[in-house]
Amino acid sequence: MSPSPTDGTSLEKKERWASGVTPYADMGYYDADYVPKDTDILAAFRITPQAGVDAIEAAAAVAGESSTATWTVVWTDRLTDHKHYQAKAYSVEPVPGVEGQYIAKIAYDIDLFEEGSIANLSSSIIGNVFGFKPLKALRLEDMRIPTHYVKTFHGPPHGIVMEREYLDKFGRPLLGATVKPKLGLSAKNYGRIVYEALVGGLDFTKDDENINSQAFMRWRDRFLYCMEGVQKASAGSGEIKGHYLNITAGTMEEMYERAEFAKEIGSVIVMIDLTIGYTAIQSMAKWCRANGVLLHLHRAGHGTYTRQKTHGVSFRVIAKWCRLMGVDHIHAGTVVGKLEGDPNTTAGFYDTLRKDFIPENPLHGIYFDQNWASMPGTMPVASGGIHAGQMHQLLHYLGDDVVLQFGGGTIGHPMGIRAGAAANRVATEAMIQARNEGRDYYQEGPDILEKAAKGCPELNAALEVWKDITFNFESTDTPDVLATPSIG
Amino acid sequence: MKITQGAFSFLADLTDEQIDAQIKYSVDKGWSISIEYTDDPHPRNFYWEMWGLPRFDLTPDQSSVVMREVRACREAFPEAYIKVIAYDATRGRQTTALSFIVNRPSVEHGFQLERTDDHDRVVRYKLTHLKASSGSVGVTGTAIRGND
Repeated sequence: MSPSPTDGTSLEKKERWASGVTPYADMGYYDADYVPKDTDILAAFRITPQAGVDAIEAAAAVAGESSTATWTVVWTDRLTDHKHYQAKAYSVEPVPGVEGQYIAKIAYDIDLFEEGSIANLSSSIIGNVFGFKPLKALRLEDMRIPTHYVKTFHGPPHGIVMEREYLDKFGRPLLGATVKPKLGLSAKNYGRIVYEALVGGLDFTKDDENINSQAFMRWRDRFLYCMEGVQKASAGSGEIKGHYLNITAGTMEEMYERAEFAKEIGSVIVMIDLTIGYTAIQSMAKWCRANGVLLHLHRAGHGTYTRQKTHGVSFRVIAKWCRLMGVDHIHAGTVVGKLEGDPNTTAGFYDTLRKDFIPENPLHGIYFDQNWASMPGTMPVASGGIHAGQMHQLLHYLGDDVVLQFGGGTIGHPMGIRAGAAANRVATEAMIQARNEGRDYYQEGPDILEKAAKGCPELNAALEVWKDITFNFESTDTPDVLATPSIG
Repeated sequence: MKITQGAFSFLADLTDEQIDAQIKYSVDKGWSISIEYTDDPHPRNFYWEMWGLPRFDLTPDQSSVVMREVRACREAFPEAYIKVIAYDATRGRQTTALSFIVNRPSVEHGFQLERTDDHDRVVRYKLTHLKASSGSVGVTGTAIRGND
């Protein structure tokens, strides 16, 4: 049942502009009859009002505080075409089966936003309003970015298609590994792991999010040894290989310096952390397109605001912003690994990153149609607690256009790093081959892997050591329409 | 040293039956099929020689047409690298969808990595494919056949 609407348009003009505090809904921030324009930016918020606060007034307050309003009536609104600039909550629906939560849909005129600036968009939409006292909790679930606004953004420096052509790798997921241990290795030891993993069969290795330029290994030394590993592995395989050199630093000047050096020594890819901020991400996207270097984004810190279902920002919004800002890779969940990832919710993230048109789909947590107007896709990266024995599940849930990253699953292999890499590559190729041959690879996955392992002792050892490893915990971030299915 | 370009280089060399199955899958997806060959498998050699034009509009029961061409190309250049390429012309893709090696030289000589010291410990790398010493297999020339 919908809450009873208050009438936001019936106030006499005199009352509307009387000094003092007027309900947001009565000031025009709620309009049940509003029909969103094609050019409007739309947002779906999950609102949890404080006890005694009317849901519609809460939704109107969100619309108000994320657009033109302040807590009291101001006469200076009348110097503007204020109705045009007001955001309008046009739908407020209770969340089925949950007491006290509502989904409020709010429309924002495109004039409210600066072209090509996620800093500006996010300062509006999630700026003040998340600390607003009348709300117990607030979560930005999804946004519809109209194509008019999409086209003002840079987008991925290269995108999925260009990346594959650049690397000359087609028809299978790309494979990677994060160098472990995350911290403490000297540059020379670090480069050894890069070499072994790449020559063993992986396409990429990766710095971790917190590898920057610490006392135990300065960035320039790491870059040089990593490139030795990359080039040697390329010569040993005849393939293009890459290592995500993390250029995250305390200032933009240092980041540009590291990026320039990575380019100079021939790295095909650099990496940044989400913690550098939206504006820095957009700057690096521009640099990467101008310099022909792929851009990998590690979503460091996102779990602080994306994971809890009642408060924060859904990762599908962050994914959308990142595609707009322009990254070629972004971590987006594994479903089966050690980190949060309901299958349907994760499918929604992957669709958002890869497809050109994503229809509204409550099952995947997608609240609006999204048209990307041919903006290239961002390659999702699956990383965290995955191993070769899950290959059929990974292919089933994540598809071909993904980087599967086996860090522990490569470096922790009992026969060594090179063997770990080979095991992952053989498992991938065997599964792709079987799928293309028409096998029911999801059901027959364990058989397919076992058969492939007969000719590959490295895969056999990997299957043996990790056979019972699953991370079967209940997800917290799930769509409203379905109970959480579990992964066996 | 085995060059591991393509989707299936870590598996045992595909049999003709297995190659045929991959072609059937690709044709079923609506992808066009082409064959390319080279004696220069440098990872940045993006333009191998085309064995005729891509085959568009094949139906799955016509995969034997492609297999015939694969065999003909092998016969003409037994010491070349040959790959089968499936191409997806769908808007938003318009790129290769699958690519895998179907012939290799009897001996793979691999690559030589040359290093030159540059400023401040920077090393310049040069990757050179080591060809068979018995002379070129002659695949980089103009021997381009039609489809028929």
